Amino acid sequence: MPPTLLTGNAAAAWGARLAEVDYVPAFPITPQTEIIETLGGWLDGGLMPGRMVTLESEHSMLTAAGAAAATGVRVFSATSSQGLLYAMEMLYTVAGWRAPFVLVNVSRGLSAPITLEADHNDILAARDSGFLQLHCADCQEVLDSVLLAYRLAEDPQIRLPVLVNLDGFYLSFTREPVSLPEVEEVRKFLPPFDPMGIRFTASAPESQAVAVLGGGPYSYFRYETHLAALNGVAVYEQVAAEFTTLFGRNREAVESYRTDDAEVVFYMIGSFATKAREAVDRLREAGEKVGLLRPRLLRPFPASLIATALTGKQGVIVIDQNLSVGHGGILHTELLACLYGRPGAPPVVTSFIGGLGGRDISPQEFYHMVTVTRQAISSGTVPPPRLLYTAAELREVRKLQAIATVEREETAPGRKAADDTGAVQETADE
Amino acid sequence: MYRIRIHGRGGQGIKMASRVLGSALFHAGFNVQDAPKYGAERRGAPIFSYVRAARAPINERGTIYNPDLVVVADDTLLAVPAAGTLLGLDAHTVVLVNSHQSADTWRQRLNIDGSLLILPAGTETEDRAALPHIGATCAGAAACLLGVIDRDVLAKAIDEELAELGPDTVTKNRTNALAAFDAMADQRGCVEEGAAIAATDYVPPEWVEMPLDAARVSAPIIRASGNSVEVRTGLWRTIRPVIDYDHCKHCWWVCSTLCPDSAITVTDNTPIIDYDHCKGCMVCAGVCPPHAIAGEPEYLAQQRETSLTEREGTDATDTADR
Repeated sequence: MPPTLLTGNAAAAWGARLAEVDYVPAFPITPQTEIIETLGGWLDGGLMPGRMVTLESEHSMLTAAGAAAATGVRVFSATSSQGLLYAMEMLYTVAGWRAPFVLVNVSRGLSAPITLEADHNDILAARDSGFLQLHCADCQEVLDSVLLAYRLAEDPQIRLPVLVNLDGFYLSFTREPVSLPEVEEVRKFLPPFDPMGIRFTASAPESQAVAVLGGGPYSYFRYETHLAALNGVAVYEQVAAEFTTLFGRNREAVESYRTDDAEVVFYMIGSFATKAREAVDRLREAGEKVGLLRPRLLRPFPASLIATALTGKQGVIVIDQNLSVGHGGILHTELLACLYGRPGAPPVVTSFIGGLGGRDISPQEFYHMVTVTRQAISSGTVPPPRLLYTAAELREVRKLQAIATVEREETAPGRKAADDTGAVQETADE
Repeated sequence: MYRIRIHGRGGQGIKMASRVLGSALFHAGFNVQDAPKYGAERRGAPIFSYVRAARAPINERGTIYNPDLVVVADDTLLAVPAAGTLLGLDAHTVVLVNSHQSADTWRQRLNIDGSLLILPAGTETEDRAALPHIGATCAGAAACLLGVIDRDVLAKAIDEELAELGPDTVTKNRTNALAAFDAMADQRGCVEEGAAIAATDYVPPEWVEMPLDAARVSAPIIRASGNSVEVRTGLWRTIRPVIDYDHCKHCWWVCSTLCPDSAITVTDNTPIIDYDHCKGCMVCAGVCPPHAIAGEPEYLAQQRETSLTEREGTDATDTADR
């Protein structure tokens, strides 16, 4: 079928429709709501079978999703940001149930202060839950990843829920050409869910352990989940290869863009990685040997694929669209752990925090990160992590603070504003 | 690559304009990326949308900072800094403004080097029913300026993108858009594809070290309470509700309670609209039992006020002279 213009949200909905899902528990939240609205329209209009139930919260939505998946039906759901965190308790719970289903997260910065735009602290908060994670860079990849995610989730070697992440606004509301595969083709890749007897059925109770466990059995079940997740790298590689054969699109666990002869490599996830691709092309035109390495699969972490791709490189530029407060970028931390002690590991790994709350990253900033990293390579001194933030942005904040201070004087005369040192003189109330 | 940014207000069809233009370019054989960008998600708030179109796959993403064409569907936005209408203009950028003012007036006011064109705002703002069609009209004019979209491709894109709004809306939008397309015939193809920002000779970003401010400054405390009154949200209005006091029954509770912005105060049982904060949602007009609230295009209301002020000003001067 020729490509058509679809938003990332529409592509996610098409993924669920083509996967012929049975059950969609739902709860709205910007910028995800379009996904469930689209599915709701199709279900109401008889364009797809299945059933949607709107729950009273994301917590209940995840409970319903896990419970339904545990009975052996195919389940899809979607959320974002605050919604994902509201459901956090159940993320761990349903992963512990080994309930296989697909949850789409549309990344959005977490409160407070509030924003609606893309930021990966929401999805990375679910990093340790037992959900596997696929991260998308464009709208086509959103559709493809939903299909891949079902193969991964339902594989008997894995049996875990999978999160598919797309960035709010930059993908959710952005239309791009997307090829919609025919449903018959999708069925060849993704046959109906076969729970292989691992499921709950009415009036047939089963138990694999006692209700409340001591540390020994608990460790067993928790570590089994971990081992199953680790299987995900090999299973994903095999499933992605099948996908490429059927649909012609490369969906490897780690995207390598012009890395073969690259000396310096950008390392990042999500839709901003396409900006890095663009920067790589422009830098190559300027004679710079640079490339991009982008994990699609973040859980399980494809450590050996990443380390191999980076062997012999002079420098890596890690761009984190997240912030572990009090430590730094999460991708940076994980990459250093993955490279430590490996022969041929790049000697310089620079850390940049950029894109928090959807803050853009300009082409010039990509170019300059290469310059800074080149300097670190030649000097042997790695600079401290840097927040991508310009004088103009700080000037804007200072202006807003100045206005707020003046308004305080106007609306509450007699109360002095905080000065630059933070010391405040308050006039005693009369 | 073509990089196009379209500015307007919520409710004017600005997202639709990007989709019409995006679809038309897609049908013309381009790779396309189109998207809206909004925060307040309500009628009258400034929003913009953008379209990228290229023969090769598009890797750029997000807001366009180096536009080839900027369309301003509502000229009141040119005075709203937060709307960012003038962001990244250079000598090659074409600016198309939907306005009653002349191109010379705006060129002079904004000190714009590049080409500034006017899409005459004549009938649209005077016919209230036609207000939501501004987006499609602007898309029609923009399509002609690009020079790579045929008239019938534009019509097809409108038919597709607006199909779910019903045949009457499609027809009205198509008629307006094609008229705007034809009106720009003299300028057809004046917009040129811009180049990507090169990595050679780039201007380095002016990065700053983030200072550690005292929590008194850096925590999101409320420094001044009750100051939202300072924000003149009345600037968002495209339609102005006007109370006809000859017909008002003074059942003030209805309109003043249902106004979502508490912009109707009551003095001696008489509702009074606070135009500094009324966003023109027209809820009051819908709920007024005796139908005593009518809508007036904001542009006309302002024109009426300006001429009144000028007359008063003249009178005052006359008096002083005497």
